[in-house]
Amino acid sequence: MPKLSPGDNAVPFELPGVDDNNHALADYANKEAIGVVFTCNHCPYARAWEDRLIEIQADFAGRGVQLVAISANDAKKYPDDSFPRMKERSEEKGFNFPYLYDESQEVARAYGAERTPEVFLLDKGGALRYHGAVDDNYDDPAAVKSHYLIDALEAVLGGREPATKETAPVGCTIKWK
Amino acid sequence: MRVSFLYYEECPSHEQALERLSEVMAEEGIFTDVEVFEVETEEQARELRFVGSPTIRVDGQDIDPPGEARYVLACRAYRLEDNRISPLPSREMIRRALRSAAKSPPG
Repeated sequence: MPKLSPGDNAVPFELPGVDDNNHALADYANKEAIGVVFTCNHCPYARAWEDRLIEIQADFAGRGVQLVAISANDAKKYPDDSFPRMKERSEEKGFNFPYLYDESQEVARAYGAERTPEVFLLDKGGALRYHGAVDDNYDDPAAVKSHYLIDALEAVLGGREPATKETAPVGCTIKWK
Repeated sequence: MRVSFLYYEECPSHEQALERLSEVMAEEGIFTDVEVFEVETEEQARELRFVGSPTIRVDGQDIDPPGEARYVLACRAYRLEDNRISPLPSREMIRRALRSAAKSPPG
């Protein structure tokens, strides 16, 4: 499956969100950076990183950053990942970013996403600047040594290349139909 | 005492989980062999009552009995003592299960 690599242009998408509105990548064209995060409800890795993503969105919103979460899992085999359950999760956790449903799994395939969570950080021009894990410790936020996404955001917002452009995402496999 | 470790290869936590189990067993002075099962199909998941990876059983009892019996090839979410969600059981969860089994009368 082809995968976006740093430097490649983003793949446009339009998907339904848990707010019952459609969300297109183009809707965020005025943002300084967009973090597309493939995630889901059931995966413990995705759940372990949720609070950190909420914190990152809160900390960087004022600087023009938008995270966009997308779940592409097969909800028939994994009912916890259904759209209604996505709505519940978003409300329960207070997601401060859109949570979109890629039911056909086309967007996940187009990005080459394989795991949850898996980050694709885009700059204002739509180029991929960082791909991979949120940070280096899924288990203990206090033990994180490398804040990959935060560091990449700081670099992009500062007009610099991220020192680390790509890491191996750590998490559950995307559950393909 | 019988200790079983069931895992799904596509879930990346199993190596660290097995290492953690081995360490806690050694700390508790338990040197019995761990029965390791790789669950590869949905049918096996149903047959083995596998609710996710990793699953650790001591004398047939899950160290963290699941509330819902849904047998899937997926990573398992453990709720830790500090309420965080983790793909790994905590050392204390493992230790409690081993100590409880050690106290139980045989048979």
